[in-house]
Amino acid sequence: MTESYVVAIDQGTTSTRCIVFDRRGNLVSVAQREHQQHFPRPGWVEHDAAEIWRNVGKVVPRALAQAGVTADQIAAIGIANQRESTVVWDRRTGVPVAPAIIWQDTRTDAVVETLTRSPGAENVQQLCGLPLTTYFSGPKLRWLLDHTPGLTERAERGEVLFGTMESWLIWNLTGGPDGGLHLTDVTNASRTMLMDLRTLDWHPDLLAFFGIPAAMLPEIRSSSEVYGTATTVLPGVRIAAALGDQQAALFGQTCFAPGDAKCTYGTGSFLLLNTGPEPVHSSHGLLTTVGYRIGDEPAVYALEGSIAITGSLVQWFRDRLELISTAPEIETLARTVEDNGGCYIVPAFSGLFAPHWRSEARGVIVGLTSYITKGHLARAVLEATGWQTREVVDAMNADSGLDLTALRVDGGMTANNLLMQFVADVLAVPVVRPMVAETVSLGAAYAAGLAVGYWPDLEGLRRNWHLAARWVPEMDATVREQERQNWQRAVERTFGWIKPEARAANG
Amino acid sequence: MPGQVQSIARAAAILRLLASSSGRLGIGEIARSLDLPKGTAHGIVRTLQDVGFVEQDKTSGKYQLGAALLHLGTSYLDVNELRSRSINWADPLAARSGEAVRIGTLLDGKVLVVHHVFRPDDTLQTLDVGSLLPPHATALGKVLLAYDVGAANTVMQGEPEPYTRRTLVTARALTRALSEIRDNGWAAEIEEMTPGKAGIAAPIRGYGGLVVGAIGLSGPVDRICDGSGAPRPTLVTYVRDAARAVSRDLGAARW
Ligand SMILES: Nc1ncnc2c1ncn2[C@@H]1O[C@H](COP(=O)(O)OP(=O)(O)O)[C@@H](O)[C@H]1O
Ligand SMILES: [Mg+2]
Repeated sequence: MTESYVVAIDQGTTSTRCIVFDRRGNLVSVAQREHQQHFPRPGWVEHDAAEIWRNVGKVVPRALAQAGVTADQIAAIGIANQRESTVVWDRRTGVPVAPAIIWQDTRTDAVVETLTRSPGAENVQQLCGLPLTTYFSGPKLRWLLDHTPGLTERAERGEVLFGTMESWLIWNLTGGPDGGLHLTDVTNASRTMLMDLRTLDWHPDLLAFFGIPAAMLPEIRSSSEVYGTATTVLPGVRIAAALGDQQAALFGQTCFAPGDAKCTYGTGSFLLLNTGPEPVHSSHGLLTTVGYRIGDEPAVYALEGSIAITGSLVQWFRDRLELISTAPEIETLARTVEDNGGCYIVPAFSGLFAPHWRSEARGVIVGLTSYITKGHLARAVLEATGWQTREVVDAMNADSGLDLTALRVDGGMTANNLLMQFVADVLAVPVVRPMVAETVSLGAAYAAGLAVGYWPDLEGLRRNWHLAARWVPEMDATVREQERQNWQRAVERTFGWIKPEARAANG
Repeated sequence: MPGQVQSIARAAAILRLLASSSGRLGIGEIARSLDLPKGTAHGIVRTLQDVGFVEQDKTSGKYQLGAALLHLGTSYLDVNELRSRSINWADPLAARSGEAVRIGTLLDGKVLVVHHVFRPDDTLQTLDVGSLLPPHATALGKVLLAYDVGAANTVMQGEPEPYTRRTLVTARALTRALSEIRDNGWAAEIEEMTPGKAGIAAPIRGYGGLVVGAIGLSGPVDRICDGSGAPRPTLVTYVRDAARAVSRDLGAARW
């Protein structure tokens, strides 16, 4: 019998990856392609959805060729994707009507201001689990409808379709204009602000509140079930899973039991805690979201601490300041000095997400003196990720009443040893990395493999989890506390930077 | 005497041109200045770009000298980048072999551990990234010495420490071992540093085939070696496959 495999497509914020996994959950091959980040105005972040779809067409065949396998050896495809980023496209031509508005984009701050004062605003978070901010798809879609002439009418007539990246990819993989399936999964739908967290269906009050025509919305399905068969790229292969990347990582880390948590360090960083079959509402600035849903089983919910800017601060350091030429060099530069020299960077580039949710905040560098070198700045860049993690862990501990005993991590930044040590230092708990750093892809593969019977059950998957690295806290408690206070004071200096008039003008 | 390699001469001319011009140059300008067909100039510039000697400005699309030229004498591949680029291959090597995996480079005559993946049995282990190992008594070190004549000479001129009876300490023994490693493309170390322990390693190559590091596994000698005392062929294959996979990624475009 020839060996069979599962393919994961990880459509991330920075790049699109295709990874082939074997039955033991080992990575067999990987192909990756970065796409263009467009920053047309301050606060705007766009991707070209057509470029992303073309990249899928490039990385999938490359990964298969590298593994030396053919499409008939692929048991299923699973998709993980950057969440909330909003695409609207023409159902007849398959052409996006506008650049995709990315989750970090803050152009909707005026839309959000207006919505916050509209009737019904007070019920939104209870229904969908999310605070009204620029982060989620609903306001982005509202903005597109407002700013694209005739779009609302076309949406009402069902001529244009809305989706996050997984919808866009599945629609294209299953034929596009030629019978493409228009669907999403519960985890991605839970990031739109349009879905009722309990019924897992679009909620008419939310659609009315945001003014979204129902005709343009995808059908909501489970995260792990066979949706259909690909007609292109991997023709004949079943598409059997879709999850938002952070939920996919939760799944890939096998956080299947209530109380299990992980943090994924990519463009942004996201701490998710499995809370079981009931949605739990946070009183400390965390989001309530769907963790995953397998077939007809009840959905599993999660609490989430979302940090907007972590890896992208490194990218900014590389591409905009040009102080390093590759992301990993930040560690080399940071190691040229002993400490941060009194310098702190709070990267409120898109306002601050959890636990603050301050969309009017903007980034600061504080503590500058003649003493500061680029090495200190590099340290401050990495430490910003550490302290932002501490803030969401504190919120999580306060909400759950339990103290985290170890943090499971994954994502591109976990290759940074200095950073992982710093995270352990500021959390004062061990940080552990599993054997597969590409946990997002692994989660998508697991969910797809489960749906087609490639893997029998969750227990088997859990046994695949092995410890690859462990960082233990070394920082002196007094230093930790002093630094924490400095960080907190730096954060306060970001608040209130964007004035209300400016926000109104932006709308 | 072998003849001149035309494309190398042209590449040198392009570098001189870029160095002497005040701003950045486009392909058309480079081709015209050197009287080359545009396609030829483009091919050479792209290759120079791949090795880091030339950089392209993102907005204008024009070219200038690359940062790698300024650091020719110093380390050629940042060790943290080596870790980032090999993490995806070190993990499956540990998973498949069941052993701990390390990646090393030479630093001042010692092996610097750049990356470490635990043995996948979930027992308590300590991360030893940043620690230094003796080059003559480890599989990683012997691979690195095999492809670095200068470092090998320095080690042999010093007095290599005899950790066990089996440690290679004479210049003759080391020279022979290193030549064998070059022939085989991999190295083994059996109880040369610690009794009861063994390791296997293979070279990681970057652009142009330059060895930039070594990846290997280590563990109890009865797991690493078969009944006859030789390294298990399947483990050797896993190590060499992983080394090749990292090398292939390093040869690709920078990210
Ligand atoms: N060694 C490193 N040190 C610090 N940051 C890194 C390192 N390697 C990658 N990154 C950052 O991680 C991000 C890429 O990680 P990835 O998990 O692929 O993100 P995403 O899925 O959001 O696209 C980039 O923002 C990059 O700057
Ligand atoms: Mg990702």
